[in-house]
Amino acid sequence: MKADIVIIGGGVTGTAVARKLTEYELDIILVEKEADLASGTSKANSGIVHAGYNADPETMKGQLNIQANPLFDKLCSDLNVPFQRTGSLVVGFNQQDLETIKQKKENGDKIGIPGLEIIGRRRLQKIEPHINDRARWALYAPSAGIVSPHELTIALGENAAQNGLQVMLENKVEDIETEKGALKAVVTNRERIECDVVINAAGVYADSIARMAGDEMVIRPRKGEYFIFDREYGDLINHVLFPTPTETSKGILVTATAHGNLLVGPNAYPAGKEDLATTSGGLVEIMKGAVKLIPDLPRGGVISSFAGLRAAAPSEDFIISPSPSVWGFIHAAGIQSPGLTAAPATAERVEQLVKGYYPSERLVKKDDFQETLPEKPHLYDYDEGDLEDWNEYIDRREDYGEVVCRCEHVTRGEIIDALHSPVPAQTLDAIKRRARAGMGRCQGGFCGPRVVEIIAEELGISPREVTKKGPGSEILQEKTKDLRLKKKTADKENRDNQRQEGKYKDPAQDAAKNAEQDAEQATEQAAEQDTEPKTEKQLQQVKIESGGADGE
Amino acid sequence: MVSEFKDKYQLVIIGAGPAGLGAALAAEERGVKDILLLERDYFLGGILPQCIHNGFGLDYFGEELTGPEYAHRFIDRIPESTVQVMDETMVLDITPDKEITALNRHQGVQKIEAKAVLLAMGCRERTREAIKIPGDRTAGVLTAGTAQRYINIEGYLPGRKVIVLGSGDIGLIMARRMTLEGAEVDSVLEIMPYSSGLVRNKVQCLDDFDIPLKLNHTLTRIEGDKRVERVVVSRVNDDLEPVPGSEQTVECDTVLLAVGLIPENELTKQMGIELDPVTGGAVVNEQRETEINGVFACGNVLQVHDLVDYVTEESEIAARAVSEYLSRRRKKRRKKIKLTAGEQITYVVPHRIDYVYQDKDKKTLKLFLRSSVPVEEAELKVVDGRGQELISSRKKIVTPGEMETIILPLQFLDEDTEELTVSVTKASQGAD
Ligand SMILES: Cc1cc2nc3c(=O)[nH]c(=O)nc-3n(C[C@H](O)[C@H](O)[C@H](O)COP(=O)(O)OP(=O)(O)OC[C@H]3O[C@@H](n4cnc5c(N)ncnc54)[C@H](O)[C@@H]3O)c2cc1C
Ligand SMILES: Cc1cc2nc3c(=O)[nH]c(=O)nc-3n(C[C@H](O)[C@H](O)[C@H](O)COP(=O)(O)OP(=O)(O)OC[C@H]3O[C@@H](n4cnc5c(N)ncnc54)[C@H](O)[C@@H]3O)c2cc1C
Repeated sequence: MKADIVIIGGGVTGTAVARKLTEYELDIILVEKEADLASGTSKANSGIVHAGYNADPETMKGQLNIQANPLFDKLCSDLNVPFQRTGSLVVGFNQQDLETIKQKKENGDKIGIPGLEIIGRRRLQKIEPHINDRARWALYAPSAGIVSPHELTIALGENAAQNGLQVMLENKVEDIETEKGALKAVVTNRERIECDVVINAAGVYADSIARMAGDEMVIRPRKGEYFIFDREYGDLINHVLFPTPTETSKGILVTATAHGNLLVGPNAYPAGKEDLATTSGGLVEIMKGAVKLIPDLPRGGVISSFAGLRAAAPSEDFIISPSPSVWGFIHAAGIQSPGLTAAPATAERVEQLVKGYYPSERLVKKDDFQETLPEKPHLYDYDEGDLEDWNEYIDRREDYGEVVCRCEHVTRGEIIDALHSPVPAQTLDAIKRRARAGMGRCQGGFCGPRVVEIIAEELGISPREVTKKGPGSEILQEKTKDLRLKKKTADKENRDNQRQEGKYKDPAQDAAKNAEQDAEQATEQAAEQDTEPKTEKQLQQVKIESGGADGE
Repeated sequence: MVSEFKDKYQLVIIGAGPAGLGAALAAEERGVKDILLLERDYFLGGILPQCIHNGFGLDYFGEELTGPEYAHRFIDRIPESTVQVMDETMVLDITPDKEITALNRHQGVQKIEAKAVLLAMGCRERTREAIKIPGDRTAGVLTAGTAQRYINIEGYLPGRKVIVLGSGDIGLIMARRMTLEGAEVDSVLEIMPYSSGLVRNKVQCLDDFDIPLKLNHTLTRIEGDKRVERVVVSRVNDDLEPVPGSEQTVECDTVLLAVGLIPENELTKQMGIELDPVTGGAVVNEQRETEINGVFACGNVLQVHDLVDYVTEESEIAARAVSEYLSRRRKKRRKKIKLTAGEQITYVVPHRIDYVYQDKDKKTLKLFLRSSVPVEEAELKVVDGRGQELISSRKKIVTPGEMETIILPLQFLDEDTEELTVSVTKASQGAD
């Protein structure tokens, strides 16, 4: 395969870069090791578009944050991504907190963050009625906002795909080929792609990718855990609420998500690159932190918990730079917080670096670049007042009239849209991220079976091939009765073998009576002996006997 | 069903499980005309069609039926009734003045006006998150009811080596079902010192298949990359906290959660109706009527029942009430009676008694309740506001897992009664 540019990583960084670069007449491929975009940190974070008062303009992350924040209104409206400028509050309880808040305001004013204000207790309680009544001050930043991070990532990728990006999922980069200090090809577990330029946006694995090209880099993941609450509690608060950070801790924040759920977290501690497990200690820590801001947090209202990994470089800053050793290789690494906010600006920075590798006449902008993603209807965006407007869609396709996910009110039509979107959803998780089916309070208990059925039908595969998040995470293991059949056939074969070896005595009459017990025992024995090849054969046999195990 | 619903009905019932079906038929029998039954699934019967085991109907029909058979006792009567049924129709919203917004493929979003509304939406299962099991977020963690649907309705097995959390009836039954399908069930874990399921289910589902029941144990972690690979099981102390050092690792590919049911009251909440924090269902009077006049509730949406037979019984109470409401035959008591859950009782349904009964066929009132702890040689008692005992009854044992009833003769309630308290205590020796 050949391309001009290969982007490694389908997180918000990779997809934002992809969208930017598809403005040009270039052949671009994005490779992602997982079964969907937004499978790394970009799906598991606070979803906050930071105002930037924290930013140190000396750092790359600070600069990009300040630059990117104002871009969100247009970006999210073009891509139909839920985004609200709710504003944020840094809440202070004592004199020391007030000092910190004042410093932040001073810093923010200096770098031009609009509208910063320190507000007192009365106003605070008026705009946040559920806030701890011991809270005395807050720094109000009207330009902070909340965005749905996975939807932003997917929308960026899908808009890029609409403009010619080729997305290759389940492609894990395993090697970077170079020749005399110049880039040659990117090799994945499935493909070898020759290209001129590579962008390393591999999140916590950016260091492994860097090493493939001979660059030194260290990324040390720092985990953060979260709780999500039922949508019912979304209006408990009106702004993003941060505690005042101290020397030792940044503290736990409380925010609404762009879909109106309540989100609390994160903590921070070093973790492995695959370690997304939530811990009981961590979850206790988060709850404890969160009730400091909102004491009447409904503890029973939690519907999900999750963890994300900050891809921290030792400098604690982003590394957006050309490789010192390989011509054509660009790093977009160390993208920890505020990487989500920064993404549109990160993309522009990378665009500048790409320009360095091409003569300007090669970089021609497309005249048919589509800036907007066609709108996909979502029933959950409608409430009592305007529900009848939904009929417009049902008139077009009856599938919009069949509710599949009852908690989030997702229709069959929306699920089918997700399966046929520019970067098609292939898994339950991918559908959940595009259409929200299974994201609600029952977490897919009811709609899981229906969604599996729809995926299988639409993609023309067996329900057994449907996965939660790619190969190895199949939802269903067997057709019913097959496991039993397999055990029985394995057991019979085992007896036949024993008989051949003269070890088995046929308990003629008892056999019928005790068939079941026998079966169980023999299977256990069979399992102890090495019966692998036999089982394989038996499997085929069962398939033939039952007319193909997958049936119709 | 290709019929269309109209925009006005006497009675609209939400949910065609046994509660909704039973109430629709019973209401018709009592003379209610013009009934619409709305169901979001493509089959009727609610959760019953997936409960292919037997054990249903002993109480109500006096014979042992499977879930689908029980459901069909009602479904089969629908065609010759005047009840109009719309399946694959989801109710999205109800206003306090009983305007219903429903959605289906053929009619789209439509509004329906109702004189009376009966809520019969059933319940959903508690998830991993509701009980906060830490660990990896892999495939292979599902609720027992979802597994039951995959196996019994869709025909697929969701796992090969299974651990079950929760020893209520659903957990017990699914442990057996998975075993019968050839899966290996390592054990059933129960955080409490007793199983909350029926005794017969424990014997027939676990003992008969040598599946260990580990009381005072819970899951403290789920591990795996794409799919569950192992879980950590811990013993718990008297405060139900895991005991450090008691962790054991169990290899398995599937975790079935049978950790309780939650009444599905989103619509009820949208209407602004008060819920009982203990039952998770609406606060109702003896007519199963919520705070809003003419809005009733019955079945699992009101309180989680152990046996579907009780659901049917409750649906008949509600149906009768609906007919009385529609024909304006009810007479309010001068003073409402408030029912309170007293000693060792978690809840009592109904929450209030609002009406006076004079007709001859209504002489008693049945109170439904649960105890908070198992009590042997128990005495159930109803005491009024002045401390006077109205009625008491003895039981060999009451447990939180089994719903109890007390039959209260209406003649015991005088005009001035304002309060009743129900309690369960160990019967004092010798007394009768
Ligand atoms: C707890 C937490 C809270 C945060 N909160 C905020 C916030 O509120 N606001 C904000 O602005 N930022 C926040 N961030 C930061 C933000 O989430 C990240 O900076 C951003 O998501 C990083 O995006 P990315 O695309 O660089 O990385 P990722 O999203 O991790 O994407 C990298 C992708 O590369 C893929 N990949 C890795 N190796 C390979 C390979 N060998 N081959 C192919 N593909 C590969 C991965 O599968 C992954 O999909 C937070 C981060 C954390 C952890
Ligand atoms: C997994 C499981 C196993 C069980 N096993 C047993 C057993 O072995 N023995 C026994 O006696 N009992 C058993 N039960 C209990 C018994 O089945 C229930 O008590 C009974 O089904 C409750 O009846 P219901 O009508 O209240 O609710 P359901 O049967 O749940 O019916 C409610 C109906 O309402 C519909 N609905 C909900 N919301 C809407 C809406 N907005 N619009 C339209 N329709 C809606 C639902 O789709 C559903 O069909 C079991 C229950 C469960 C959940």
